Amino acid sequence: MRFAKNKAVKNLALAVTLSIGLSAGAMMPFAPANASEMAAKIPVQSYQLKNGMQIVVIPDHRAPIVTHMVWYKVGSADEPGGRSGLAHFLEHLMFKRTGKLKDGEFSKIVSENGGQHNAFTSYDMTAYYQDVAVDRLPLMMSLEADRMTGLKLKPEDIASERQVIIEERRMRTENNPASLLNEQMMASLFLAHPYHIPVIGWKDEMEALDYKSVIDFYKAHYTPSNAILVVAGDVTGDAVLKLAEKTYGKVRGPEVGPRVRPGEPTPVAARRVILVDERVRQPLMQRLYLAPSYRVGGTPGEAEALDVLGEILGGGSTSRLYRRLVVDKKLATEAAAWNDASAYDLGSFGVYAAPVPGSAATDRDRLQKVETEVDSVIRELLTHGVTADEVARAKSRMIAAEVYSRDSITTLARVFGQGLTTGLTIDQIQSWTDRINAVTPEAVQAAARSILQDQRSVTGLLLPPVPVVANTMAGVKQ
Amino acid sequence: MNVTVKHLAAGVVLTVLAFVAPARAMDIQVVPVQGVGQVWLVENHSLPIIAVDLAFKGAGAAQDPDGKVGLATFVSGMLDEGAGDLDSQAFQKRLSDLSISLSFSVGQDDFAGSMKTLTENREEAFRLLGLSINAPRFDAADIDRVRDQLIAAINESEQRPATVASREWAARAYPGHAYGRPVGGRLQTIPAITRADLAAFADAKFARGNLIIVVVGDIDAAEVSKLVAGAFAPLPEKPNLIPVPDMVAVPPAGILVIDRPIPQSNIVFGLPGIKRDDPEWFPASVMNYVLGGGGFASRLMDEVREKRGLAYSVRTGLSPQDHSGLLLGSVGTRNDSAKDSIDIIRRETAKMHDSGITAAELDGAKKYLTGSYPLAFDTSPNIAAQLLAIRLEGFATDYVEKRNGYIEAVTLEQTNASAKRLLDAEAISWLVVGRPTGISSTVK
Repeated sequence: MRFAKNKAVKNLALAVTLSIGLSAGAMMPFAPANASEMAAKIPVQSYQLKNGMQIVVIPDHRAPIVTHMVWYKVGSADEPGGRSGLAHFLEHLMFKRTGKLKDGEFSKIVSENGGQHNAFTSYDMTAYYQDVAVDRLPLMMSLEADRMTGLKLKPEDIASERQVIIEERRMRTENNPASLLNEQMMASLFLAHPYHIPVIGWKDEMEALDYKSVIDFYKAHYTPSNAILVVAGDVTGDAVLKLAEKTYGKVRGPEVGPRVRPGEPTPVAARRVILVDERVRQPLMQRLYLAPSYRVGGTPGEAEALDVLGEILGGGSTSRLYRRLVVDKKLATEAAAWNDASAYDLGSFGVYAAPVPGSAATDRDRLQKVETEVDSVIRELLTHGVTADEVARAKSRMIAAEVYSRDSITTLARVFGQGLTTGLTIDQIQSWTDRINAVTPEAVQAAARSILQDQRSVTGLLLPPVPVVANTMAGVKQ
Repeated sequence: MNVTVKHLAAGVVLTVLAFVAPARAMDIQVVPVQGVGQVWLVENHSLPIIAVDLAFKGAGAAQDPDGKVGLATFVSGMLDEGAGDLDSQAFQKRLSDLSISLSFSVGQDDFAGSMKTLTENREEAFRLLGLSINAPRFDAADIDRVRDQLIAAINESEQRPATVASREWAARAYPGHAYGRPVGGRLQTIPAITRADLAAFADAKFARGNLIIVVVGDIDAAEVSKLVAGAFAPLPEKPNLIPVPDMVAVPPAGILVIDRPIPQSNIVFGLPGIKRDDPEWFPASVMNYVLGGGGFASRLMDEVREKRGLAYSVRTGLSPQDHSGLLLGSVGTRNDSAKDSIDIIRRETAKMHDSGITAAELDGAKKYLTGSYPLAFDTSPNIAAQLLAIRLEGFATDYVEKRNGYIEAVTLEQTNASAKRLLDAEAISWLVVGRPTGISSTVK
């Protein structure tokens, strides 16, 4: 068994987490169903209101509950230059006053209706959600419709909430050396595209976020034609559409232009990021390769071939990396790989490994051995490709993951919300299945050869300082 | 207090509806299984998925011998590393090829396991689950690998100030008691654990007598009976458990600072609390919701975050164990506002102790606690987790229906009495990990 970083044990842990927070990393990609035993496609109904807002309904009648989400097609990569953290800052401020609600009243109403709610921001989207008993759905819809264009911020709301997001940055990033490394790696992977800016923002720029920049951003992006409603649970499409017409349908807002962002130049040089931090007790190496997303940057089927590659190379205890580095060579305690193609623009393919424990004096040496072995596993894959058996097994795990994902209305709502805000259509989200099924061993090898190239990569190392040999005479009077 | 939203576009009139039972017709069957006892089952045939949660009650980390702290956790990491005639890689490949997820976890009190499978692989899934518990191999190479992983996890947790704070807080609250030791072990104890220790733990602590199982999903009672009996019949009848003494926590009042070079101080604070079987459990739960358990509805969140922007998160929770109870809280705040945050939390605690909560707060807490209960039963694994927790506390199947009634019955007097009993602001034990300014340790 592998000890995940946050194993759930009934320990001296606090029972509650609630935060208006930042989405931590990628969600599970939408996993495919099998061609050989093709499960019926998830029933999804989609409508468009007259004001341009898209309505997506996923009926599931197992329990009288519903997940209600509003997704805005705007994220940190859409921020104006020099204003990093703005999209996430606005996400926080959306819980302040509107023309109809006092400061804090939004959360109070949701809670007093037995609802659990939160919001998250990523590079390409901002989402707000409530999980409630189905009879509270109309109320949730009127609350979200109200704040879509009805936010009434006061200048004094800004200063205190800005401290909160800076505190959030300290918690998530600055207090944690592994997070700092990640941030530096993304900044190096994307040279020109705004994915090089952390979602939460650079601290200096966060400190300068002001009332006017928030209001301008809100007015430009929070509008029905830029929003998608996703409702999953004990509802029908017709009923949700009627409610949506009465609430969201009454909201008016400007049209938004196309999402135009700086492109990413063709990569030409391998990069290395070495973070030395006195707090490090467990060194690690991580590598990111610039990769296509489902929407752009690759040949047809390439992103899906990389999904299968991620599973074969580093998806669990029987993967190539884990077997070689952890089981056979005993160089690492952990090794993994993954593909992240859920982006509006380019995605990334990642590899990670942590060396076995040892003395501080040998940290660099052990990490070097780990990296050499990772390189060797990748080189073999590029040279010899993958077997038909490996591909078949990876696909079957991905198919099962799809079936498991249907157990959760929250997961379903997120899969469709994330797909739609990263430029996919409902058909494309659903047919991912078919595209995965079409992946061949040759396609996996070809995708690996085109993407796992040194010049497309950033390699990050996390290390403590080189230990100073203690002077045993220190403090002894001569 | 009445929340009215009649001014909202949809004109939804809010009335306090009685919330329905957690799941539409969630029928909990009690299935007798030959040699194993009762299994709780909730059938749900809408998806081809089966979720199983189990626990060996009383077989948690508190059973670890003193010099072998981390033993239970070590065992939990070994059970899926080979069993019966399948070595580690063969066992893992079988799980992975059949898309069966199997995992084990350990708390101070109990040893828990979770399994999830597609219906079509149920027979093999139950067989592998049984094998992992009855016949783990504990091969030398696997022991060495998992030992390294445990050491790496301890090293990695040193980089997490919140984890360091919780661990050190517990060590001081429970001197000489198992609850003061880290569940995951220490750098000094993990290397001392041998194959004989692992095998002895599994032999002694896993038995039919302390096994609790719940099953949710696409399976009927007859099949549950057959598969569970097959999987667990080989277990011995009774476990051999070391009695763990009851203990009231003795966290030292005052502040202890542990220096770490980080920009944000992570603070854990707490007081002796109550156990789950305390007659005041529900009043205390309501009180905690209003103090710091209710997210944005809580007073601490309002004072520390909303009004002043001192923290991203501040919260409190009741932490009940079999032999002790705590009221614990945590906050992360920049080093130069650690003192302010502590002062505000102390003041709010004293205020609630002296004046209690308002009728409107009581009403809001009840509405959330009753209304959100059905949300905990949204997926098969979540239903299984809820049922297992109910069984571990020794409640009957009707708890699910009765639970909201217990909340509804809480009075303002009971809640305020609970605040008086638990919230001694001067007795709070504060542990700060970071480089706070303006405060220093007042205790050792």
